[in-house]
Amino acid sequence: MDIDVKMTVNGKAVTGKVEPRTLLVQFIREHLRLTGTHVGCDTTQCGCCVVHVDGVAMKSCTMLAVQAEGRSVTTIEGLAAADGTLHPMQEAFREHHGLQCGFCTPGMVMMGVDIARRLPNADEKTVRHQLEGNICRCTGYQGIVEAIMDASAKMAAKA
Amino acid sequence: MGEFGIGQPVRRKEDVRLLTGGGQFTDDIDLEGQVYAAFVRSPHANAKIIAIDSSAARSMDGVIAVYTGQDLVDKGIGLLLNDASYTDRSGRPMSKPERQVMPVAQTRFVGEVLAMVVAETPSQARDAADAVEIDFDPSDAIASTAHALDPSAPKVWPQYDSNMVVHWEYGDQSDVDAKLAKSHKRVAVDLINNRLVVSPMEPRAAAAKWDAATQSLTVHTPSQGGRRLQMALAQQLLNLEPSKVRIISKDTGGGFGIRSKMYPETVMVSFAARELNRPVKWRGDRSETFVSDYHGRDQVNHAQMGFDAEGRITAMKLATLVNVGAYLSENGVRLPMEGGGRIIPCVYHVPDFYFSVKPVFTHTICTDTYRGAGRPEANYIMERLMDAGAKATGLSREEIRRRNFITQEQMPYKTHLGFTLDSGDFAGTLDMALKAADWAGFDTRRKEAATRGKHRGIGVASFIEGAGSRPTEGMRLSLDEKGDVTVFAGTYSHGQGHLTVYSQLVNEFLGVDFDKVKLVDGDTSLAPKVSVGTFGSRSSMVGGAGIKMAAEAIIAKGKKIAGHLLQTDAEKVVFANGAFQAGASSISLAEVAEAARDAKRIPEGMSPGLDETVTVELESENFPNGAHVCEVEVDAETGIVEIVSYVAVDDCGIVLNPFIVHGQVYGGVAQGVGQTLTENVVYDASGQLLTASYMDYGMPRAAHLSHIEALFNEVPAKTNPLGVKGAGEAGATGAPPAIVSAVVDALKPFGIDHIDMPLTPERVWRSIQNSKHGQAA
Amino acid sequence: MHNFQYHRASDVNDAASKLSACDDPKLLAGGMTLLPTLKNRLAAPSDLIDLGNIAALKGIAVEGKEVVVRAMTPHAVVAASADVLKALPALASLAGNIGDPAVRHRGTIGGSVANSDPAADYPAACLGLDAVIETNKRKIAADDFFLGLFETALQEGEIITAVRFKVPDNAAYMKFRHPASGYAVVGVMVAKYGSKVRVAVTGAGPHAFRVTEMEKALEASFTPAAIANIKVSPEQLMGDIHCSAVYRSHLISVYARRAVEQMTK
Repeated sequence: MDIDVKMTVNGKAVTGKVEPRTLLVQFIREHLRLTGTHVGCDTTQCGCCVVHVDGVAMKSCTMLAVQAEGRSVTTIEGLAAADGTLHPMQEAFREHHGLQCGFCTPGMVMMGVDIARRLPNADEKTVRHQLEGNICRCTGYQGIVEAIMDASAKMAAKA
Repeated sequence: MGEFGIGQPVRRKEDVRLLTGGGQFTDDIDLEGQVYAAFVRSPHANAKIIAIDSSAARSMDGVIAVYTGQDLVDKGIGLLLNDASYTDRSGRPMSKPERQVMPVAQTRFVGEVLAMVVAETPSQARDAADAVEIDFDPSDAIASTAHALDPSAPKVWPQYDSNMVVHWEYGDQSDVDAKLAKSHKRVAVDLINNRLVVSPMEPRAAAAKWDAATQSLTVHTPSQGGRRLQMALAQQLLNLEPSKVRIISKDTGGGFGIRSKMYPETVMVSFAARELNRPVKWRGDRSETFVSDYHGRDQVNHAQMGFDAEGRITAMKLATLVNVGAYLSENGVRLPMEGGGRIIPCVYHVPDFYFSVKPVFTHTICTDTYRGAGRPEANYIMERLMDAGAKATGLSREEIRRRNFITQEQMPYKTHLGFTLDSGDFAGTLDMALKAADWAGFDTRRKEAATRGKHRGIGVASFIEGAGSRPTEGMRLSLDEKGDVTVFAGTYSHGQGHLTVYSQLVNEFLGVDFDKVKLVDGDTSLAPKVSVGTFGSRSSMVGGAGIKMAAEAIIAKGKKIAGHLLQTDAEKVVFANGAFQAGASSISLAEVAEAARDAKRIPEGMSPGLDETVTVELESENFPNGAHVCEVEVDAETGIVEIVSYVAVDDCGIVLNPFIVHGQVYGGVAQGVGQTLTENVVYDASGQLLTASYMDYGMPRAAHLSHIEALFNEVPAKTNPLGVKGAGEAGATGAPPAIVSAVVDALKPFGIDHIDMPLTPERVWRSIQNSKHGQAA
Repeated sequence: MHNFQYHRASDVNDAASKLSACDDPKLLAGGMTLLPTLKNRLAAPSDLIDLGNIAALKGIAVEGKEVVVRAMTPHAVVAASADVLKALPALASLAGNIGDPAVRHRGTIGGSVANSDPAADYPAACLGLDAVIETNKRKIAADDFFLGLFETALQEGEIITAVRFKVPDNAAYMKFRHPASGYAVVGVMVAKYGSKVRVAVTGAGPHAFRVTEMEKALEASFTPAAIANIKVSPEQLMGDIHCSAVYRSHLISVYARRAVEQMTK
């Protein structure tokens, strides 16, 4: 039996009818056609699907759409400003070559923003450990770690 | 030219799109009216297929069709072909079993596709796939490389004498044996090159659409350039004219060598789209990619080397077993010979060489090219031999390498199996790496670590690669009326930043603004006729040379048009700073491009437009090389290895964009770290894959790595007009021997000479437990 | 994933009545283990009863010498809680090293404890910190709770509401992470309560367990040397492709000693 869900995604109220087994990531990708959030595994390890739910990083592949009822979801599509200005984390990924193929990137950026929120002055070692749940096969993580540290500092200075 | 030309660390043009969710990976593409495929996979490694009952599945909600191998036979679908051809010294050809897209009678590895369900939704397809019942008669299986040739090993293909594909040999064994026997010192190493899951982050996927009106097929799928998929689908499998098959890869989430292979799922999705006349889409789960994407590496090597009294190599003997899996993939059987063999003896002069290769069948998924494709294996063997040689001769690890390097004076240097090394400053590169890593000051750091209870070690590896294989590629540059350039390429960027680098090159050669260059790639219908793809670190060389050559053709034609417009001889026109000049007159490239479109403004008989397609045909590959130094700390009590510093000095020839090349080095090193410390495919004796998810397969995470310092020793290649050397695979080649050398150095107090990869904590701990000393001396 | 009926429980009683009304129900807490299990079709419950909206199941309280963590409190909240950091820093540290940040934002203590995954961290905390697991029906001492591989003392219809930890004089948790999954291959919690010591191990056996021989030795002399030669027999331990039972046995001794070292520094 399908269930009605409603939530806020990237600032807009959305509704949908889903099977109970529909994952949040499926709702985002298939119902809302926001395909920036990716699915890279089925064991909650890779982090390609990380979004923010009520401002906190979560793996949208390990959450039912119905569990997001009434909550506010931000995906990679909702991170940049309305005028297209990149979020400091997105800008830092570009500046530090934090991406190659771009598949893990949305999850990495969303996790990066979450790390910056929680640990504004994290050192390199801390950032590396904070990326435990995000796998990248292209970059060797170096640009990602540099980007998160750089953006975190900039975000903290601005706050 | 300027801030966007060759050698500048230009930021990537690709990034804003990918950073804002604008990527278009295969699963992001929906085709109108699409239906969904799910596959039924073999749970057995070796079993007769007695019967397949799909009646329950067919009757389920939303199910449109169920196909089995017999349906493909009935419909005349072709075989997955392999064009490798080796013979043994008696002239006996290699075993070449046929591979059906879905087998009818026998399954030979866990995860093999045996049936396909098509349904209205992905869930319905999956539910119905679970309901397909297959009656099997299972038998014992063989998964182990080392035991595949045991007389008791079950045979993968009963029609052949053994699981050996062929016994291929190079060199004179008795001669080499004699030289080894006479050598001042001899060393021997037994090495396992561990099997790996390639694991690009985008799981494999395919979406196919059949157009009944034109009888043509369009397939969206991740690739490394679709031409080979197009040709195989058309000519071998679906019996179509190649022009009726179009492969599109908009974005591809990593390749690393396994993306341009023809997989059964791609064939099946295409077949079903044609049968049903409806678009069919499939996205693999990660668990499916673990069992069915081709794996990498998987060699067992025994190598011997002799040294004279000065520590110079006298001869080398190498015996390689390589696990090709249950079938012959496109390249699996070739890798030891054409991937690794041709680059041996790597950066060292080896006067005499005997090489024996035995590819073996096992009940496992095929192996094929993975980042480095034979070269990491070859260099790993050489570097372990050199470390063993250092110990045997009493020379330091750096000194024995210096004594044996092929020098620039010896170049061009022909390797035993036929590469000709054109350039490389191996000693200089090594010195740079040792200096950057403060090799000389290591002892202080070792002592400091000891005060914290850690065993610190340092390791070095020199290596060389062959990059740019099959150096033929087409390239088209097209200028619009504003002089903006579109590059049409047969190479295909799936993370390497071709749009950025090609824009730099167009900027360099034509003076066109960096921002006014577009790239069209990943579409067989738009690529130049001669298009091969992106693999083997080839795109900087063949793509770069292609852009240079096409730009020259544009300039040559532009000069004629400019001469016509300026009413002067074309020979008197020079092209500089983005403009054609004749005496005091000048006309911009953009103006010429606009004029070129007007038949009345160009010389009579000239075809309109500034749009040139060229085919690059280079004579040889290029030979990127480097020296990597790694420092580790080992907790001897737990066996945990921590990488504490890493210096990579690479000779990638002329560096087109250091920002991007650094990224290639970092990524390659990470994959090398993975192979060395965390990654390992394990099949049990019955052929079940035990490492079938990220829960069990150790993908390297950020915390497994340290900061990597990457430097260049740019020695221009002589084999291509830009002087470039491929940068993509160096890291994965240099890292394993450097790290193993470092760990073994750290464990020197225990008298440990070698530990096989991956150096997991338990393996390291056990080595210490089993060592002569048990406790550190 | 097979389909199921979804129910959002309004409170614990509602959850309990839904549990009894359904065929083959499962409680859905953070879902960090359950949802991957369902996605891989390794289980097919008829109904999921979501505890996520029950406010009474969330939160942390310090009550005298006890820290009470309500069942639906995510790991990240425990790790960052000022109360926990002050009263029981070893528990905060344990919670802060479970899985990864995104998992810690959803995974809950109740789900972890109820699942009794042999490689989960919280069971070591429960045993080591002399916890009481509170359910909608009763209070169960941690010592009586973990019975086997994925097996607990919970009865049908029973729902964990909170875990009540006793604040020790001092405690430390040391963990050897699985190289792929991040789960505990061996995790050791050592806690000192006056003259009493508890040593609890997770990751190594079919379920978390205490090492009484180490406890006695430490009660006699709370020094690293006291347990240097005490081994848990590999025969009681699990072995897999990553870590054999012999290695796990060794790691228990090493990590127990290191925990004591940290506590006596």
